[in-house]
Amino acid sequence: MVSGDPTLERIARGDGLALCAAGSWTARFAPVLERMVADAEKLGGTRPNISIDVSQVSKLDTFGAWLIERLRRSLTHGGIEAQIGGLSANYSSLVDEVRRVKAEPIVETDRLTITGMLEQIGRAVAGIGGTLIGLIDMLGAVLAAAAHVLIRPRHFRLTSTIHHLEQVCWRAVPIVVLITFLIGCIISQQGIFHFRKFGADIFVVDMLGVLVLREIGVLLVAIMVAGRSGSAYTAELGSMKMREEIDALRTMGFDPIEVLILPRMLALVLALPILAFLGAMAALYGGGLVAWLYGGVEPEAFLLRLRDAISIDHFIVGLIKAPVMAAVIGIVACVEGLAVQGSAESLGQHTTSSVVKGIFFVIVMDGVFAIFFASIGM
Amino acid sequence: MVGELSDAIIRVRDITVQFGKTRVLDGLNLDVKRGEILGFVGPSGAGKSVLTRTIIGLVPKLSGRIEVFGVDLDAASASERRGVERRWGILFQQGALFSSLTVRQNIQFPVREYLNVSQRLLDEIMVAKLGMVGLRPDVADRYPSELSGGMIKRVALARALALDPELVFLDEPTSGLDPIGAGDFDELVRTLQRTLGLTVFMVTHDLDSLYTACDRIAVLGNGKIIAAGSIADMQASQHPWLRQYFHGKRARAVMG
Repeated sequence: MVSGDPTLERIARGDGLALCAAGSWTARFAPVLERMVADAEKLGGTRPNISIDVSQVSKLDTFGAWLIERLRRSLTHGGIEAQIGGLSANYSSLVDEVRRVKAEPIVETDRLTITGMLEQIGRAVAGIGGTLIGLIDMLGAVLAAAAHVLIRPRHFRLTSTIHHLEQVCWRAVPIVVLITFLIGCIISQQGIFHFRKFGADIFVVDMLGVLVLREIGVLLVAIMVAGRSGSAYTAELGSMKMREEIDALRTMGFDPIEVLILPRMLALVLALPILAFLGAMAALYGGGLVAWLYGGVEPEAFLLRLRDAISIDHFIVGLIKAPVMAAVIGIVACVEGLAVQGSAESLGQHTTSSVVKGIFFVIVMDGVFAIFFASIGM
Repeated sequence: MVGELSDAIIRVRDITVQFGKTRVLDGLNLDVKRGEILGFVGPSGAGKSVLTRTIIGLVPKLSGRIEVFGVDLDAASASERRGVERRWGILFQQGALFSSLTVRQNIQFPVREYLNVSQRLLDEIMVAKLGMVGLRPDVADRYPSELSGGMIKRVALARALALDPELVFLDEPTSGLDPIGAGDFDELVRTLQRTLGLTVFMVTHDLDSLYTACDRIAVLGNGKIIAAGSIADMQASQHPWLRQYFHGKRARAVMG
């Protein structure tokens, strides 16, 4: 099929010039063709009349036809139009088609300038306020939906809640337990290693107890849940938004908050305390194991010391924080999910920002709680 | 040249495709001739899209042989396969435009990957393709989510045609278009086939398309081709589904 490389010969005809195109002028040879045409374009205006002869062209497609048309246009000079000759009937409709193309180049206007960068920074800062308002808005909507469901319990979606509870709680247990167990081991090992210098090995139990029950346990589990379930919520809601499923729900008279978001929020708020408790137990177990095997602290001694060092307050503080952090993660995830626009890229951006913002707010909340509990003396 | 014209551009032999225990295609044979527009019809769920996807290699087959441009796709090396893929264009049912690229980038994507040409030529070719599918150049910087359903189909066709393929697969090109838009689209496919010498493999449910655009029609039923031929052959057929399809109320309305 391929009848050789394309050529463009210059043949003098009287005082004029004929450009004879031959070979296959197709997409395959587009880079070669473009260079040849660019060379020939320089001839524009050098001779009184220049014509283009395409009778030897064996194969022509849109690329070739457009390049011939481009050549014709640039050779048209001073009111004398360059002619295309020898066009076979097969290809004339194609050439007519590309003749209608307007050549004015369309410029992309995305330039990086100082003002543009300043504008972006300004918009990002202003966006923080918008984010906070969005979160409060969603919190209000979820509470309103919860109140509505409390009045009419028939509207509560138990099946959906149980399904999400399975996803975010039951299926998260192995990984949460594994990671907190390892963290407990590491804290214990590091504690023993450094406390041993003062002969204060046994105080590792105090440190482990306070850290795990009060801070690290719940914080670590919340961060894992934000990465595991927050991102899943955003991706689910976002792809539903992309495919107009949320609009469909709304037009059928359902409140998407009540149908989609309330069960997810409830599942998360129930799941996080459970996971935080399991995580804390796993971390204590891991810490105790390392203290015994590495530090020589007998299990009886460990438990006795733990009972003296840890009051029930530490445990309660941890468990109070858990549902609040779950709510923050859930609200951030749902706001981001509903903010997804039509493209796959947007889905990715919002899923990322759901996890980043979720973790950020969890840590901020933890700081706020620390101040609060310190001031009430817990 | 004459010998090649009568040559089959797609040759499908004894194709069997099975999902779990359901046999969707059962020993199917089909030839598509160079330069023709083949309309491919059949009841919903008969496996029209499955056959298309099997030919282009998206669905694995249990047995059989597929040749496109005379290349056996199972025996082909990776580079031979890429060579074939460069010579066909595919219009997916939902358009399958890349949602994070603009119309311009969508159309230029295959060209940029395969050909080393200047940005100027890329832009000019993009405008030419948009013109061919009946769109104005000012849609170039829009994203697919900002386009109407008909425009998505047209842009997707422009992308399928970006590299000037010899063979185009159209999966229900006119579904979801208004009758005028669908008519224009049929006309467009006809024009492109004439100007570019395309071979078109068109899965369709649109009777108008069959009458106005297609040279030949193949009918899928029970995992096999139950009939293939001109529209007149189809109308003369005694097969119950074909009788219903071509002599039903809608068919009579189309034929006037």
